[in-house]
Amino acid sequence: MNSTEASKLPEILRQYEAEILSEWLQHQLSSMKLRSSLIREADLREQSRKFLAHFGHAIRSGDDIGSSSWAEVRELLADLSRTRARQGFTPSETAAFIFSLKKPLFTRLREACGNDIESLAVEIWALTELVDTLGLLTAEAHQRSREDVIARQQQELMELSTPVVKLWDNILALPLIGTLDSERTQVVMENLLQQIVQTGAAIAIIDITGVPTVDTLVAQHLMKTVSAAGLMGADCIISGVRPQIAQTIVHLGVELGSVATKATLADAFRLALRRLGATISRTDPAR
Amino acid sequence: MAAQAHNAERLPIRAQEDVVLIRQTVRDFAKQLGMSLVDQTKIVTAASEIARNTLIYGGGGWVRIEVLESNPRRGVRLIFEDQGPGIPDIERALQDGFTTGNGLGLGLGGARRLSNEFEIVSRPGEGTRITLIRWKL
Ligand SMILES: Nc1ncnc2c1ncn2[C@@H]1O[C@H](COP(=O)(O)OP(=O)(O)O)[C@@H](O)[C@H]1O
Ligand SMILES: [Mg+2]
Repeated sequence: MNSTEASKLPEILRQYEAEILSEWLQHQLSSMKLRSSLIREADLREQSRKFLAHFGHAIRSGDDIGSSSWAEVRELLADLSRTRARQGFTPSETAAFIFSLKKPLFTRLREACGNDIESLAVEIWALTELVDTLGLLTAEAHQRSREDVIARQQQELMELSTPVVKLWDNILALPLIGTLDSERTQVVMENLLQQIVQTGAAIAIIDITGVPTVDTLVAQHLMKTVSAAGLMGADCIISGVRPQIAQTIVHLGVELGSVATKATLADAFRLALRRLGATISRTDPAR
Repeated sequence: MAAQAHNAERLPIRAQEDVVLIRQTVRDFAKQLGMSLVDQTKIVTAASEIARNTLIYGGGGWVRIEVLESNPRRGVRLIFEDQGPGIPDIERALQDGFTTGNGLGLGLGGARRLSNEFEIVSRPGEGTRITLIRWKL
């Protein structure tokens, strides 16, 4: 037999599919000992069986990895990577699915090639390239999924980090923290308006103590929020307008209209109570 | 007398996150110079305006942030550059309330008022370079 002849791999996969599957599973399970809590053995068996079937099919087509004959293999790997990324597998743990297939296949190739070292070398080289390419696909898909997960978490964090608090009957406060870019402001504004409707609040205090820079874009967002709140029947007070922020706003030429501004949330709260006709009085603690 | 630049940094302006980083970097420079909180806030806010213009109207670009020594004064100089469409009528663009976008039209004029020195060089079709300086007073 000589090395330019067709690969033995298709035939090996047909003949020994069941054996290869069980050896491959053994490898995966032993390398995943610590992670067995993340995935059920039955699921892994089913994934592996399906993969091997598609893999054999694609190999027998003799086509390139990028071709449509490999579409199902690629899809299955992308799926698996996505699931594993979500389940908390690391990229290497995810790629191990593919890489652990090398050993059982190498073993069969060695048996099939016998003393023909030259064919064995060619076969092993071709198989290594193939498996490595699939491994890369897996790692890339894993990476993409992690990025999706992170983007979603950021979105959630954004909503979480802008809580609307009820300070008093009819008084809401919205403490803003961090950068007010357009996307986040949208979320903040919707949150506030929803709360105003739900609680029927008369006054909303928007506290910008935690906003480091108030430029014209931030000012524009604030004014939009104030006028939308007004349409819902709530008066706004902006607090956290420190002296340096007040000066800068003046230099920018921004006019905040008729909205009241205060240096601190406490000042704003006092003003809000006064507007509602309520007062807080201190009683001497009897000690 | 010649002004000398020390301790410079060049940052890209390609996305909203870059504007955030530029604000932080300018604040660090201003703090290092020992600027007052008011002066820090002024130069950071001016930087925010021009960086966003560079992003939105200039299609992205670069900023060079540097400490300026001009005996006995020290200050921060910012040079914003883009290869965008340019500003056809600079006087008009500087007018309060003028905008070709959805802004308040106060960024350019506001940034000029927040700076000690301010210069716009722009050629239609070639791009825009805006230089601002805030001295430590
Ligand atoms: N780098 C730039 N390239 C081209 N046009 C610009 C640039 N910077 C500003 N402009 C023009 O100047 C106008 C005024 O800018 P600005 O005062 O910041 O107001 P706004 O950003 O609210 O539009 C912009 O609407 C735009 O037409
Ligand atoms: Mg602007």
